[in-house]
Amino acid sequence: MIDLINVTKTYETGTHALNGIDMHIDDGEFVFLVGQSGSGKSTIIKLLTAELKPTSGSILVNGYKLESIKRSSIPYMRRTLGVIFQDFRLIENKTVYENVAFAMRVIGASNKEIKKRVPYVLELVGLENKGRRLPNELSGGEQQRVAIARALINNPTMIIADEPTGNLDPARSFEIMLLLEKINALGTTVMVVTHEKGLVDRFTKRVVHIDEGRVISDGMDGYVV
Amino acid sequence: MKHNNFGYLLGEGFRAVFKHGFMSFAAISITVACLVIINSFLLICYNLNLTVEDVQKETRIVVCIDESYTEAESKSVGSDINLLDNVANAKFISRSEALQSFIGDSDQSLFEGLDPQSMRDQFEITLVDNAKIAETKSALENVTGVADVYADIEVGNALATIRTVLYIASLAIAAVLLVVSLIIISNTIRLAMLDRREEIAIMKMVGATNSFIRFPFFVEGFILGFFGAVLSFFIEWGLYELIREAILNTGLEVLTVVPFTEVLLPMAVICAGAGFFIGIFGSLMSIRRFLKV
Repeated sequence: MIDLINVTKTYETGTHALNGIDMHIDDGEFVFLVGQSGSGKSTIIKLLTAELKPTSGSILVNGYKLESIKRSSIPYMRRTLGVIFQDFRLIENKTVYENVAFAMRVIGASNKEIKKRVPYVLELVGLENKGRRLPNELSGGEQQRVAIARALINNPTMIIADEPTGNLDPARSFEIMLLLEKINALGTTVMVVTHEKGLVDRFTKRVVHIDEGRVISDGMDGYVV
Repeated sequence: MKHNNFGYLLGEGFRAVFKHGFMSFAAISITVACLVIINSFLLICYNLNLTVEDVQKETRIVVCIDESYTEAESKSVGSDINLLDNVANAKFISRSEALQSFIGDSDQSLFEGLDPQSMRDQFEITLVDNAKIAETKSALENVTGVADVYADIEVGNALATIRTVLYIASLAIAAVLLVVSLIIISNTIRLAMLDRREEIAIMKMVGATNSFIRFPFFVEGFILGFFGAVLSFFIEWGLYELIREAILNTGLEVLTVVPFTEVLLPMAVICAGAGFFIGIFGSLMSIRRFLKV
């Protein structure tokens, strides 16, 4: 669950990125966070992943109060999230299997657990036969599926996808969105940050629209602006 | 860090050493160079210290008694000399013994007819503390019946001064070299880590703790330091024995140069300690800034 209450963020340069954001996302929801470049979307993601601290206001993510979270607690908070990026961020010299297993290693999973869980998640994202490939041997869509598998591997309660289709063609973008929808149907909360109106409008989901650091609409009416 | 991770992280550290082969080679080479220089200075100081001690042990004061004193009167001066604080022993040398000592191994015929009365009764003084030779000399000069006091203060003092200067210089050089090697190794490892920056960022994003991220670099630094220490130890040993042999061949007996086996253990401890310190601390210095994600 995510709760942002009157959150503001002003960078050291004086830029006001967020100007009093209120947003609540319940467990199991699928939400699009939309807005133009510079609207504050990236700042929200950085706040939700504790890369930044808010200037004021309160942020609750899966039970962690991020405005006052201890540095040592941040890794444990991040384990409740799965983050997906536009540029996939895979480790080039590790195979698909190793890229996904790597995220389990980080949390101290045993080899037995890894051998059991990784094939299951690779199958879930449709990459059961690509485990031995290196990322550069895969298409963009497949690389993003690896990133999704990595985000899912530790069974997070929430997936945050930052422009997950930004580097993909429309067909592959749609496939990725269908995959995220499938993951949501399995019970994981999904928040997709995007500015692709066409893609958002193909799904009947809650859309939170932000502009100039404020929420200007929040509902099921698609990408309204 | 969980138990499950230990083997994996250890393996990652070992793999990293070989993966960044050139950087590892550079880091080990720098560690070896620095440790060899530092240890060389330490060994020079150690041997010079022994030389100074030997020279000081051999430093004696010779006290000549007034020539008007009879042998019995001269011997009685010995009791006054023995009362002085820093005098360990005062050995009486009669005029005839003094003459015999003066002639030594020379041709006896050259000194025929030389009267022992031309010599003076003497005392050869052994000191408790050789460092106080100057004070003791002054005290002896004030004893009634003492005509002259001879002491080899200059040689002992000169060597002691050289030793002090070398001590200070060695400490300064060792400190500077340690800092230089730390900086160079830290930068070497930092360069090797640049291609792992993305990996570290990903690790942080999926919830890796700082200790999990640090451990392989810690292992890498440990291995680099270990190899640097071992290599520098054996190179030092080889170099030292070569130089020692050369010094012994010159016949300069005044210089004390102990065999390396005599300083084996302290040298091993110093190499290991410095190697590990440089390797591990150098690695940790590099990783710090990559953890700020």
